Amino acid sequence: MARVRLFGPARDEAGTGRDEIDGDDVAAVLDAACERYGPGFADVLRSSAVWLNGEEAPGDRRVMPGDELAVLPPVSGG
Amino acid sequence: MANVAAVEGGDDQALGDRAVDDWALVTEDPLPVADALAWAVLPACGAIVTFCGTVRDHSDGRDGVVALDYECYPEHATARLAAVAASARERWSGIGRTAILHRVGELAVSEVSVVVVVSAPHRAEAFDAARYCIDTVKRTVPIWKRETWASGSGWAECSHDLRDPSDAAR
Repeated sequence: MARVRLFGPARDEAGTGRDEIDGDDVAAVLDAACERYGPGFADVLRSSAVWLNGEEAPGDRRVMPGDELAVLPPVSGG
Repeated sequence: MANVAAVEGGDDQALGDRAVDDWALVTEDPLPVADALAWAVLPACGAIVTFCGTVRDHSDGRDGVVALDYECYPEHATARLAAVAASARERWSGIGRTAILHRVGELAVSEVSVVVVVSAPHRAEAFDAARYCIDTVKRTVPIWKRETWASGSGWAECSHDLRDPSDAAR
C-alpha cells in the first residue's frame, strides 16, 4: 500500500491530493490510480514525473508499505 | 502551511574564512526581500543582484488575470530551492551568498512570488548566477501555478517537465 500524493492538474483530475493505493511496484500503483481516477488523470500522468520517497522512480521500482509515491505534472513556479 | 528552512553552506577551503551561505525558503507569507538583500551583503562582494518575480495581470491568451494560487510539494520544495543554490555555487565558485525565496498560496497582481538574491565579488557572476537560479527554479522545483482571470481559471500553460537541478539545462 503506497501513500499517494497528487499535485496541480493531477490533483484536480483525481479529485484528491492524497490517497492510498495498492501495488507491488510503481507501475502497478499508477495503473490502479488510472483505473480509479479515469482517463483525464491518465492524460495528465503521461506528461508527469513520478517520485517515490522524493526521488524519481522507474515503473519497476518496488513499492514497500508506507512508501510515498507522488505524481508531479509539469511545473510552473517562479 | 508555512514550510520554512534556512540552509547554511559548509566551509569551502578555496574561499578561506569567508562565509558561504545559501538561504532557501518557501512560505505563505510576503517574501522578506529587504532582509534577503541585507543578508547577502559581504565585505568581499562588490555586487548584489536581486531578482523579483511579480504576479502579472495577463498570460498567454488570458487577459485580466486577477490572482494566482501557487501549490507546492511542501516536503520537497525547500530542499529543491536549496539544491538550485548549491548547483549555482558549483558553477560560480566565487558567489558570496545566495537566497532563493518562493511564496505559495494565493497572491494578488503585483505581489512578489519569487526572489533570488546573489552576491559576488563582481557583477558578471552575480548577474549570471541569479539568472541561472531563476531559470532553474522554474524547471526543477515542485510548484504549480493556478491562474484566475476575467473569464475563468486554470493551471498555467507555460510549464516545464520537472527536472533535477543537477541536470537542468540552462
